[in-house]
Amino acid sequence: MDNSGSNSQADYRNREHGSNSASQPLWLLAELTYSCPLQCSYCSNPIDFKNSGEELTTDQWLDVFAQGRQLGSAQLGFSGGEPLLRKDLEILIREARQMGYYSNLITSGMGLDAGRMEVFHKAGLDHIQVSFQASNAELNNRLAGSDKAFRQKLEMAREVKAQGYPMVLNFVIHRDNIDQIDQIIELTIELEADYVELATAQYYGWAEINRDQLLPSREQIARAEATTNRYREELDGSGPKLIFVVPDYYEERPKDCMNGWGNMFLTITPDGMALPCHSARQLPIEFPNVRDMSLEEIWYGSNGFNHFRGYGWMKEPCRSCDEKEKDLGGCRCQAFMMTGDAANADPVCSKSPHHHLIEEARLKAETQDDVQPLILRNARNIDQALARKG
Amino acid sequence: MINADSVPAINRHFRLQWEPAQDAHVLLYPEGMVKLNGSAAEVLQLCDGEADVATIIAKLQQKFPEAEGIDADVMAFLEDAHGQQWIQFPG
Repeated sequence: MDNSGSNSQADYRNREHGSNSASQPLWLLAELTYSCPLQCSYCSNPIDFKNSGEELTTDQWLDVFAQGRQLGSAQLGFSGGEPLLRKDLEILIREARQMGYYSNLITSGMGLDAGRMEVFHKAGLDHIQVSFQASNAELNNRLAGSDKAFRQKLEMAREVKAQGYPMVLNFVIHRDNIDQIDQIIELTIELEADYVELATAQYYGWAEINRDQLLPSREQIARAEATTNRYREELDGSGPKLIFVVPDYYEERPKDCMNGWGNMFLTITPDGMALPCHSARQLPIEFPNVRDMSLEEIWYGSNGFNHFRGYGWMKEPCRSCDEKEKDLGGCRCQAFMMTGDAANADPVCSKSPHHHLIEEARLKAETQDDVQPLILRNARNIDQALARKG
Repeated sequence: MINADSVPAINRHFRLQWEPAQDAHVLLYPEGMVKLNGSAAEVLQLCDGEADVATIIAKLQQKFPEAEGIDADVMAFLEDAHGQQWIQFPG
């Protein structure tokens, strides 16, 4: 799973049309496995991904999908890790299509080939999102920790278009690739992408411990945004739709994360835990498991999902803030990671007493003083990563 | 420019379907959904890649005989829908 602003995705594409749909899990994200052939340092998966429980079976997933559809889920994302590692993916796709889902495969492209893609198409897969790390082989493969990744991704992106799927290309943007955004955009034009997400990394999971290395400077972001705008003007509606997601570290007000806690987004982890967003697992809250409870009970009745609904949980400065209905106090995970209390204001907010933590991170991005080296996401590095997290 | 002979079809990257939980027709596309109001849904259901705009208007006029100014409304909607890339003109 590539930590690239999925929360803003849900919001930028649904917000204006979602008026009536609040409190239905419109978006069901199925993280089929935490296993992945790549080792991206910005991965949003939990650091200790090896020690989660057993993966759900095919039948358990199908039951979850059927229940989700009853609750109003319309978009289904197959994610991970790398969802292609699930051998039953074709069955999941076919059944989901028959239930009426619009299904999205969110993949690195590793483990895909033309034949399998065709099988998925026949089974009813609607869309494929391929992630890239960079616009050239050397950097892409270094960031992904794989010698073969870039060539495979190019080949798969071309095949996605050849088979008539709509294609989203996702680039997680960070300080090592942000200055090449023009080349990245050129590549997406050449590959005939329909949508391009240029999403600056968000700092959850592995990305949190690698933040110093990932966070671009303010100047880098301003340049990249200007370049993106220039391409938008030149393309003038033809070519890919470019979506640039700025990191909230450079905002003075937080994002209304996930369009609200337990409002439209439901993630199921490989081992069946139900979460209001794909980072929430780290919070000191007991989240329900689909093995123990129906999705309806989970969505409407569980403590995990009701925890941060509404405004009653808020502390100052959020509680009395006249903007609380707009940003909902920001991201609960970010509040927890940075302040130790998930009910605090998101430190991105300049009204937060912890806002200096964000300012310090910005300064570090500027000066690159005392920056820790990247830790690639793989099983060997878990202990080192946990030690850095402290 | 859309005219009476134009033949609209739903963009193949969108899927039009009835969504019981929304009590509405919706257009589904990569990671997104547009909830349609009743009249938008009526028009889009007729955009089958075969009927031209004149036929679509005639069908709607037949279905809603009391509605006035249907042709102008349909044209305006189709322009908008085309701008949103919900429909294309394959011909």
